[in-house]
Amino acid sequence: MQECRLSATEIACRRGDRILFRGLSFALGPGDALQLSGPNGTGKSSLMRILAGLLRPYAGQVEHEGRVALTDERLALDLHLPLEKALAFWGRVDGVVERVSALGLDDLLDVPVRYLSTGQKKRAALARVAASGAPVWLLDEPLNGLDANWSGVAQGMVEAHRARGGIVVVASHLPLALAGLCAIAIEAHAPVDMLP
Amino acid sequence: MIRALWAIFVRDVVLLTRGAQGRGGAVLPLLFFVAVAILFPFAIGPDSRMLARTGAGVIWVAALLAAILPIDRLVEPDIEGGFFDQWALRGIAEEALIAVRVVAHWLSFGVPLMLAAPISAGLLSLDGAQLVTVELGLLFGTPGLAAIGVTIAALTAGLRGGAALGGLLAIPLAVPLLIFGAGSLQPGGEGGLLLLAAASLAALAIAPFAGGAAIRAGRE
Repeated sequence: MQECRLSATEIACRRGDRILFRGLSFALGPGDALQLSGPNGTGKSSLMRILAGLLRPYAGQVEHEGRVALTDERLALDLHLPLEKALAFWGRVDGVVERVSALGLDDLLDVPVRYLSTGQKKRAALARVAASGAPVWLLDEPLNGLDANWSGVAQGMVEAHRARGGIVVVASHLPLALAGLCAIAIEAHAPVDMLP
Repeated sequence: MIRALWAIFVRDVVLLTRGAQGRGGAVLPLLFFVAVAILFPFAIGPDSRMLARTGAGVIWVAALLAAILPIDRLVEPDIEGGFFDQWALRGIAEEALIAVRVVAHWLSFGVPLMLAAPISAGLLSLDGAQLVTVELGLLFGTPGLAAIGVTIAALTAGLRGGAALGGLLAIPLAVPLLIFGAGSLQPGGEGGLLLLAAASLAALAIAPFAGGAAIRAGRE
């Protein structure tokens, strides 16, 4: 796995005329995992988009080394195509042919994406991230809609990715069973604090 | 990068030609283009000299209106679907994506229009020489129409009422193409083709930058 690093320095996020959070800093290296938690509307998804480089932070800096893969509420899979073809499009873009078999999608490969259930779509998005070969994973609410079994499998994949030297940032209000997890809780309208 | 853009280009062409996900494909603008040529003789009567004199202009108006039809599904569905975000994460410039989409849109809209133009020309009693000029004009003009369409689609993506607004915004931008395209069919108007090509090139040159900036601005 290529060298990777993700750090944020004193970043703040403004949406409209509200500061959602400010003074947020962290630094992650190979094998690190970070969970962002907090109530709805505190800016978890905005922070993910800032980390991905899709939004500019209102203040502060984000630096990353190594490619970033993101899943959020936008699936980025062609809904009318069978899952196999929809995933194959990203394989052609990324130049990889590897398919992720751990997520139990093999029986669904000929099903058009729009017929998949919420949990199956989440797994498909996770498969897209895993197949991309990017060392930095940004997962926005990856466990929503997953049952206990697949939630465990997904977290197992995250652990395996970290063991290979990857970085994972998870925005989730659900408790995660990841070893050595850093956690940042974003409070509503208050300076954020960082737990070890 | 080239590999990724090629994969994206192939997807664009297939989606814009065949249609899916709320996109109608290439057939609807084409039928619209021919329908105008079918309706026009009914409206002004079967006088073939009158038709031949006005028909060329009608073809150009029909081409412009056909170009407006698909605007709301050129860019918006892929922003909503998260595709543009994913491409940005892979470091693919929005400018390149828009340029690719303009070419794909032209293949799915300009080329079918050129194939249908002989049908329209027959319905409007144009002679062979006029048809050749129409075809040349469409060859030079439809890339510009495609570029304007994709630019406006990127600018209005995500706006409420974007489809209607897109049409209204595209019409004034397409006026030079219409003037030079229809003008090239007047007696002694061959120079119009060169001006048409120039206007088309200008639209093509601006589209990737305007469209790319619009998509980035839409993320904020």
